[in-house]
Order: sequence, then C-alpha cells, then structure tokens
Amino acid sequence: MSLTPDPATAGATEIGTTSPAAIGTRPSDARVAARERLALLRRSKTFIAGCIIVGFWVLCAIFGELVVPKDPLASDPINDLIAPSADNWFGTDKLGRDVFSRVITGARDIIIVVPLATILATVLGTALGLVTGYFRGAVDDVLSRIVDAFLAIPVIIMGLLIAVSLGPSKTTLILTIGVLFAPIISRTVRAAVLTERELEYVAAARLRNERTPYVLFGEILPNVTAPIVVEFTVRLGYAIFLAAGLSFLGFGIQPPAPDWGLQVAENYGVISGGFWWPVLFPSLAIATLVIGVNLIADGVASVFER
Amino acid sequence: MLSIVIFLAAQVLPGDVGRRVLGPFADQASVDAMNEQLGTDRSLVVQYWDWISGVFTGDLGESIRNREVSDVLIDPLVASGKLALLAFIIVVPLAIAGGVYAAMHEGSARDRIISVGGLSATAIPEFVWAVIFILIFALGLGIFPTTAQFPAGASVFTQLEYLLLPSLCLVCVLFGYIARMARAGTIEALGADYTRTAVLKGLPQRTVIMRHVLRNSLLPTIAVVATQAGYLLGGLVIIEVIFNYNGIGLTLARAATAKDIPVLQSGVLIIGIVYLVATLIADILYSILNPRVRLGAAE
Repeated sequence: MSLTPDPATAGATEIGTTSPAAIGTRPSDARVAARERLALLRRSKTFIAGCIIVGFWVLCAIFGELVVPKDPLASDPINDLIAPSADNWFGTDKLGRDVFSRVITGARDIIIVVPLATILATVLGTALGLVTGYFRGAVDDVLSRIVDAFLAIPVIIMGLLIAVSLGPSKTTLILTIGVLFAPIISRTVRAAVLTERELEYVAAARLRNERTPYVLFGEILPNVTAPIVVEFTVRLGYAIFLAAGLSFLGFGIQPPAPDWGLQVAENYGVISGGFWWPVLFPSLAIATLVIGVNLIADGVASVFER
Repeated sequence: MLSIVIFLAAQVLPGDVGRRVLGPFADQASVDAMNEQLGTDRSLVVQYWDWISGVFTGDLGESIRNREVSDVLIDPLVASGKLALLAFIIVVPLAIAGGVYAAMHEGSARDRIISVGGLSATAIPEFVWAVIFILIFALGLGIFPTTAQFPAGASVFTQLEYLLLPSLCLVCVLFGYIARMARAGTIEALGADYTRTAVLKGLPQRTVIMRHVLRNSLLPTIAVVATQAGYLLGGLVIIEVIFNYNGIGLTLARAATAKDIPVLQSGVLIIGIVYLVATLIADILYSILNPRVRLGAAE
C-alpha cells in the first residue's frame, strides 16, 4: 500500500461531482491511474512471484515440445510404469510415455483454453452486467432470475451437462467455462454499475442525448474496469480448476493430449499399486499453476481495490 | 426456472439420443424406434412438460438403460449425503475456529498462515488433494483404504474409516471460504462499540468472545456455509470418481459418459433443489439467530 493519493478514485469523484466539461480531462486521469497501478504491481511481491510461476508454465506451453527429452505421445508398452530414474526423470505412465515430457508439454492446452474461456466469460458477463445494472426493471428481473437459476447448480455439474450436450472438445470446454462464468462476472459488474448509474456524468451523457450503447460502453464501462480486471484474474484461477476437473472427468481435453487433468484420470487407477509418479507430477503441475494465478490475482486485487 | 435451464442445457444440442444409445452401426429404423420409445422425437415443449410434470409426481422417467430414474438416483443420493455430512461436520467447526483464531491475532504470522493457506487450499482442485492424501495416508502410512466404497453392511466405524479421506479433500477445498468469512465477521465484531463496552465493563475475555463477538460474527458465515453446500455437491462428482464411491456424483459422471440424459438432468435438478433448500434453511437460521431480522418480520 502506498500513501500517495490514488488518482483513480480521485478522478472518479471528480467526474461524479463536476460539470460535463470535466469529462475532457478523463483520459489523462485514466492514463495516470494506469501508470500508478503498474508501478504498484511491479512492487508487489505476490504479483511478481505469481508472474514467475505462470511465466514458467507459459514458456513450457510455447517451447515445451522443443526442449523435452522424449516425445510426449510416444507410447512404449514394454517400459510402462517405470519409477523415476535418470532416464525418465518423472518415470513413465501406464502406456510407457515419459511423464516428465508430458507434464512439460501438458501446459499447452490449459494455457490456451483458460485465458480464452475467461475472456469470453468476461466479455459476456460485462455486457450482461452493464445491461442488467443500467436498465434495472423488467429486463434486470428476468435476466437476474436466469442468472440465479444458473448459479444454483455447481459449475462442474452444469459443465458436465453442457459438455455432454455439445460433445467434448477444446472448443466446448472454452464455451462451457465462458458461459458458466459469465453470470458470476455479471453480478460483480452489475453491482458496480448500480452505483455508477446514479452519478452525474451518466445523467449528463443522457441529457446530451447520447445513444444508450454509448452511455453503457463509452461512459460507464471505463469507470467499472477496476472490478472487471480483478474479477478476470480471480476467474482465471477458477477456470483452471474447472478445466482441469472437466478434463479429469473425460469431458474436457481429449486423449492422447498430455493434459494434466487427463493424465491424472488416465493413471489414478494404478495409484493403489504404488505407482504414484504418473499421478503426482501432473497434480503438482496443476497446483503450482493455480497458486501462481492466485498470487497474481491477489496482487492485482490489492492494487485495484484500494 | 431452474428446471428450464437444466432442461435446455441438456437439450440444446442433444445429438441424436437414439443413435448414441445404439451406437454408430445400428440402422436408421431402430434408431428411430428407440427415439420414439424414449420420446426424444417429440417437440422440446412436449418433452419438457412431460419431464417436469413427472418430477412433481415423483416419476422421473426411465433411464436409457431401462431402469426407473428415481431408482437409479435414490441410493447414491443417500450415499453422497453421508459423505457430504461428514465433510460438513469436520469443516464447519474447524473453519470457524480457524477464522476466529485468525481474527483474534489479526495481522500476525498465524493469521497470515490461516488466511493465505486456507485460500490456496481452496484453489487447488479436489482431485489434486485426493492424490496427495491417497499418497500420504493410504500408500505412505497405510492407515486408510484407497477407495471409499465400504463393503456392504459395514459398521459405522468402518464406514467412517473409508469416508474420511474423501471428506478430507472436501474439507480442504471448503475451509478457505468459511474461515475467511468467519475471520472477516469476527474482525468487524471485535471493532464494534458493543465489544468495547463489554471489555470496559470488565467482563472476562471468554464471555466477551462467546456472548458478544461470536453471536454477531457468525451470522454472515452461515450464509456462506449454505452456498458452499451447493459447491460441495459439485466437488462430490470428482471426489466420488477418484475414490470410486457410489454416490450421486459418480452416478452423474457415469450417466454423462453414457449420455443417459434422463438420469443426468434429473440428477442435476435434484442437486439444484438441494442447493435451494440449503439456501432456504440458511435464511431461516439467519432470522432465528439475528434478532433484528426476527423482530423486523414480527412488526
């Protein structure tokens, strides 16, 4: 926490209380706020630690295939379930595939799916939240009831249902997570919009006869970005959770991809035989990625929510 | 409303149910016959009406495996109830105690460990916990079995032994949320005027904490516990699959694999209803424990 006044909140109150002419000063205010936040983020230890962990997995996702010692898909049934050794650092799995190579390259699918899904959810959720928060009334009532109904079912179960309907694939996984998280994000956005819509700059825009889409996306949206950014980073962690869970259940990423959840699913049957390595290492990979993303989310939240 | 969402989610692009059941090599005539027998050739509205009117009369229709859906679901539901109950009995007191303890030492290292540790534990998927616990307790120390499916007719203690590991995984995932709410509520109550008054009156710390702080701080926690009940049911799917426990989660996962839509949508509806009931109970509890709400309603 720094003791310098926060230009973001200062800017917001100024906009709220001054005449529409003050709107012209907003972009520079926003830029100052953005720079200030970046500086704070760079100083945040949790944020840096999270970036290092996530950065490691992103590098694995991009360059993993080039550097791993073995082909992650090449099975070798004679050498199945070999304990970790100098030759196979993390041992081999049920089909004799090298676990180390699979863990490293396994980052790719989840690193692609999770951000895309979360972006989709954020876009949908923001639009929904803006509309429900701004119009209120009947539109809000109907849409909010639908959101409530969605939220009454645990996401993983709803995910199961949607994945079954659409047939499991990477696209389905992205769509499922996107659609399931949108209502959750819309609630946060709606709450923020409810207070924004009462402020004078919104009334001013309306009096200027601006079209509604402009008021929503041009005026209100820039002022609710902070909660949206925080919500986005928090949802990233949950998206990993859900993606890994669905893949584990067989409704996410499909074999023979070296996805982590899938690896656990393929090999947990042999764990009672003492073959712990094909299950433990991908599990740890998921755990580290989730912790990394949460550290980032924690850092972002502490900077944006002051 | 809930039921429509579930129904549509299951039906938007249902594929060809008859084709799914019979496999890719069946001829078109028998696929059509299967669809007619299952009623999946009728319009969506008719199918929905049929299903939902059945739900209210207790007739959930027939699974594609020719068993009554209600038969397929009841036993697993009871089994899952046991597992969920055990997890709750462990996690609620533990998390509340942890949260209150953290709040009383706000800002200390102990507080950081409970808060940050709890939230990290929450973020890690259940099956990762399951793998870690199985490795440590079942394979490493050999105290617990690696599956949860206890032998039929096992005594309560044997059942407990089998169910402890899976419920521990759920505990890990739930602990963070509940502890965080308990902590936030307690910190607020500790800073309140009535607490200061109680301390200045010279009441012993125990009494202040029990009578003044906890009664107020645990109110928001109750609501969270109820929401987590719904979450718990979601976690059950994965836990039951990995521990091979024949509960509602495993049933749903199997139904999903077999594309058994009747079982799947009724199971999901039941879970949704359980969640709504849990929320309702929380509301009632909240009003019983909070005199302000209770008096407000009586006036």
